Amino acid sequence: MEIRQITVTVNGEPRLVEVEPRTLCVHMIREVLGLTGTHLGCDTTSCGACTVLLDGVPVKSCTLFGVQTDGHELTTVEGLGWPSELHPVQEGFKEEHGLQCGFCTPGMMLTATALLEDNPNPTEDEIRWAISGNLCRCTGYQNIIKAVQWAARKMETANVS
Amino acid sequence: MYPPRFHYEAPTSVDEVLQLLSMYQGDAKVLSGGMSLIPLMKLRFATPSAIIDVNNVPGLDTLTEDGGWLRVGALVRNRAIVRDAVVGARYPLMASVAPQIADPLVRSRSTLVGSLCHCDPQGDWGAVMLALGGEVVAASLSGERRIPVADFLLGPFQTALRPDEFAIEARVPAPVAEPFGVYHKLERKIGDFATVGVAVSLDRTGSSVRRAGLGLTGVGSTNIKCREAEQVLEQGGIDDRTIGEAARLAAEAARPQTDQRGSAEYKRHLVRTFVVRALESAIGREPLDIRRRRMENVGSLA
Amino acid sequence: MSVDEISVGGIGARVKRVEDDRFIRGKGNYTDDFKLPGMLHMEILRSPYAHARIVSIDTSKAWAIPGVHLVVTGELMAQRNLAWMPTLSYDTQAVMAIDKVRFQGQEVAAVVADDPYIAKDACEAIEVVYEALPAIVNPMQAMAPDAPLIRDDKDDQTDNVCYRWEVGDKAATDRAFERADHVVQLDCFYPRSHPSPIECCGCIADFNPATEKLTIYMTTQAPHIIRTAVALVAELPEHMIRIIAPDIGGGFGNKVPVYPGYVIATLASILVARPVKWIEDKTGNLISTGFARDMYFHGELAIDSRGKIQGLRVHVDTDNGAFFSDAQPTKFKVGLLHSAFACYDIPHGYLTAQGHYTNKAPGGVAYRCSFRVTEAMFFQERLIAAAAQDLKVDPADFRRVNFVREFPWRTTYGMLLDSGDYDKCLTLALEKLGYEDLRREQAEARKRGRLIGIGISTMTEPLGAGNSREFDIIGIKMFDSAELRVHPSGKAVLKIGSKTQGQGHETTFAQIVTHELGIPSTDILVHHGDTDNTPFGMGTYASRSTPTAGAATAMVSRKVRAKARKLAAHLLEVAEDDLEWELGRFYVRDAPQRGATIQECALAAYTNMPDGLEPGLENNAYYDPPNMTWPFAAYLAAVEIDPETGVWEVLRFVAVDDCGVRINPMIVEGQIMGGLTEAFAMSNMQFITFDSNGNCIGANYMDYLLPTAWETPHWELHEVVTPCPHHPIGAKGIGECACVGGPAAFVNAVVDAVAHLGVRNIDMPVFSGRVWEAINTGQDVPGFPPLPGH
Repeated sequence: MEIRQITVTVNGEPRLVEVEPRTLCVHMIREVLGLTGTHLGCDTTSCGACTVLLDGVPVKSCTLFGVQTDGHELTTVEGLGWPSELHPVQEGFKEEHGLQCGFCTPGMMLTATALLEDNPNPTEDEIRWAISGNLCRCTGYQNIIKAVQWAARKMETANVS
Repeated sequence: MYPPRFHYEAPTSVDEVLQLLSMYQGDAKVLSGGMSLIPLMKLRFATPSAIIDVNNVPGLDTLTEDGGWLRVGALVRNRAIVRDAVVGARYPLMASVAPQIADPLVRSRSTLVGSLCHCDPQGDWGAVMLALGGEVVAASLSGERRIPVADFLLGPFQTALRPDEFAIEARVPAPVAEPFGVYHKLERKIGDFATVGVAVSLDRTGSSVRRAGLGLTGVGSTNIKCREAEQVLEQGGIDDRTIGEAARLAAEAARPQTDQRGSAEYKRHLVRTFVVRALESAIGREPLDIRRRRMENVGSLA
Repeated sequence: MSVDEISVGGIGARVKRVEDDRFIRGKGNYTDDFKLPGMLHMEILRSPYAHARIVSIDTSKAWAIPGVHLVVTGELMAQRNLAWMPTLSYDTQAVMAIDKVRFQGQEVAAVVADDPYIAKDACEAIEVVYEALPAIVNPMQAMAPDAPLIRDDKDDQTDNVCYRWEVGDKAATDRAFERADHVVQLDCFYPRSHPSPIECCGCIADFNPATEKLTIYMTTQAPHIIRTAVALVAELPEHMIRIIAPDIGGGFGNKVPVYPGYVIATLASILVARPVKWIEDKTGNLISTGFARDMYFHGELAIDSRGKIQGLRVHVDTDNGAFFSDAQPTKFKVGLLHSAFACYDIPHGYLTAQGHYTNKAPGGVAYRCSFRVTEAMFFQERLIAAAAQDLKVDPADFRRVNFVREFPWRTTYGMLLDSGDYDKCLTLALEKLGYEDLRREQAEARKRGRLIGIGISTMTEPLGAGNSREFDIIGIKMFDSAELRVHPSGKAVLKIGSKTQGQGHETTFAQIVTHELGIPSTDILVHHGDTDNTPFGMGTYASRSTPTAGAATAMVSRKVRAKARKLAAHLLEVAEDDLEWELGRFYVRDAPQRGATIQECALAAYTNMPDGLEPGLENNAYYDPPNMTWPFAAYLAAVEIDPETGVWEVLRFVAVDDCGVRINPMIVEGQIMGGLTEAFAMSNMQFITFDSNGNCIGANYMDYLLPTAWETPHWELHEVVTPCPHHPIGAKGIGECACVGGPAAFVNAVVDAVAHLGVRNIDMPVFSGRVWEAINTGQDVPGFPPLPGH
């Protein structure tokens, strides 16, 4: 059995990880790193519940081998926000009832965070487009859009001040 | 969900990639985007004994115009293509198709070259590259060869690539005059494969068509290049007669199957409809298309 | 002096959800998140064939793989009398196939290993030899004279029928039809669908050999029923079984049944004496777990010259898959299908239903359906639309002529409506849509070759199963429960018998207590899901929680308040009769400035009790609902079809819902939008179908299509409030309404757009190809399996 040793920066912290090459990144995150906020929802790279940021870019961690993250930066939901306060996206999801069962939420929030980095003031359609790789079964997406818009407004105010 | 075991190789140079390919003699698969390969491995439809991960090889992600060609390196992600200014300005067909591939998260990783090598009959890039007259540059220890895409895509998941070859880049001829291009894709939802995809590209001077390209997705055992339809446009320009003729010929070239995405008859009809719509918009008409406008507003976002 | 109800989070307050705090931090605790010491992993090997004899199973190579602890086959299960189990519909279901597989995806073997990768390797190493048999994929094939017998395991089974059911007055209905001025007929098919929450089903079964206690973490919407069922099936004492339903990533009815995987994992844990985790993959979930719908309708309306419906005849054939395992109340073989047409005044009706075994996954009742009310209301509104189309009358007017207007009202099939105002609801919806203007626009557009359609769906549905006279599941009555304890500091803990999967019970049920007692909702903690420390409840599905557990919560709060009154009287040194209550405090009627807050009463319960009164401030309540609650709605869809491609887009969607008193309007709106999205999904793209070999198409997300944010329409929501007369706080259920009433709005809209071409019906999902076919042929387009071309 082949085990590789890799160094991956996870939520800002360098981690030395031993993992079999076939171990999917999502399983490495959940089982080896013990971060269970990243979820698994399908087996055809369709649902996006496993979304994480790889070097700041949202990717589906179920369709990546853990070993591929060697030398890269991973951000999971546990890395959103700061110890003393939530990220505006997290706040927005609570303020606008952007989640119900919560299962798609970590992935959805990471995609939204990356969107706002790129496009601080997205239109409704731009938000719908950006999250079209993240499936939600509960909310009907409308409040998710409001949550992202709430976060955009808060981030804009913070920048201005 | 759980891939089988494999040997993992992570080369850091093209030469190393070629050495490994030669060594494994067809038992290894190249991993670039992974958005087609890894899902197949998770379902255990693909069980390579080795994976050659090329993501750590520098220099494969260049996207640049050079000597009359647009060069798309093996690691150029669809996300980069969507955002590229040169593509947006001079390769409108590519700019049109790129945002329509899969979903934004998949586009973060998936590559144009990888899509050609995977050669799924429902792959969008195949139709586009056929329309544009592109080629694949295949490297091996014995050198490089350039394979026109029409000779590269052989059948379902079968390309002309030899087991010891690595598709190091794809190339698209630069436009010589005024480029036009659009990709019409009917998909039941974002992320679905195309029910039908039609790629139309034109290189025009005034009303004269220097080059016409027409490629199809999802209506054959691989992507289809509609050479006869292209010739009608190259010879006759674009008017009601040639539009009708090209559409008819393209529909005839299609070999659709009835499946859960629709009947063969419906798919053939869509080919015809999309060719007409593409060509009408090329001459400034705005055909009724209730979906198009909304997509165009967001298409520049990856 | 009373606290303001909204500011303390009572009824009507848009309280932000307490559950969000953990979910937004990625700190939810879903079943797959738990790791128990020594835990092993289980994977299931599933049949690739829809119908086949198992000739042989060779597990030797699987056993040889390092890291494998146990390989389970049907034979091993049979030795423990666990190869078959009873279903909630009094049939039997295979836990693991022994001699024959009866649907593609059926469990054939299982492996327990150190990790799921190894377990999967071992599954792949199991060699099964099958002998394929002809597959049956629809009820017509099941009833054909030469059809193979699917349930040859049952001694008394001679055909592929699994139930017959009827309700109504056949003779009176026949007479109504004889007298009719018009008879309208419609045949349609509601395709197989699947709840498909994003989180799949799974469990961690942990049998402790030292204590003989069995603990199962499980994705279940009904932990107490599961405990009782496990006790029966596994023959273990019920008090030694603990079912823990942690956070659940969506249920929609998928997580109600007892699945073979749970039983196999439990046996495995007993055999290896270690915790065994089984988390299915999406394919396993879609191909084998509780699906929904798959119903064929034939219906007729007898209408008089005034446009008034006088008679209703409905026959349905259901496709129940290989085992009759519907999760529904015992008395009703086809759920509450007979709630169909409840909002219409139809004097005579007769309904017959027949169920069929086929070579497909078992089930039929699931998916936000209120026990087949989705099917009932879909067909109702499709038949109503067809009638309006045939009679050339405006579909809104046709409905108005026929709405029930007096309450209480006994429906055509004998259900009791207690309240409603359907006309008000429809009128508001039409106004918000701008119906008249849109009809004009539709006519103008048609002249220019554009196809616009407007679809209406109105309905009332029964939610809150249910009263003990009529409702039970495996004999257990369908009450629900709540326990409330107030601490000395005035904070409280509420334990309930329901189990949320995203509906926000931790927030809304606290709001009910706040409403009754004035304790701020942030001071109330809600527990649910663990059978060791919650009262017995029947769980959350069929939109029953607010009607039953919510009512129990109000009732237990009132019991607590009654005791608090005694404490207040003692503290204020007056008689109980001298006291009045306002939110949060008792006060002396003649001296209102003298009072005792609920918090002061709570402290007194532990520190200053009157003689003869037991200390403490807590109680429990079990609530047997006197009737169902009857929310109602009007849903309007406006669509445009691209005539050349058949693609249709939603221009607008207006929803007017009446669910009585809204505990938390924000959460109610969220439920409606979620339900509408599922309605859209089913009408537009989402279904499971089969080819003629029984291969399932729809067993993964490439084939089973869930809409993304891009396709999902924008929802315009409005409300009417008619409090439920019998519910303690006037509330009704709401979770499923939009999923129940929504699909017909979309289908009616598309059909409306092409009705002028002669089209009356296009079966769901209304794919663009089907619309194109309808436009080009002017004919109806049906949609039942097997898939065309296969």
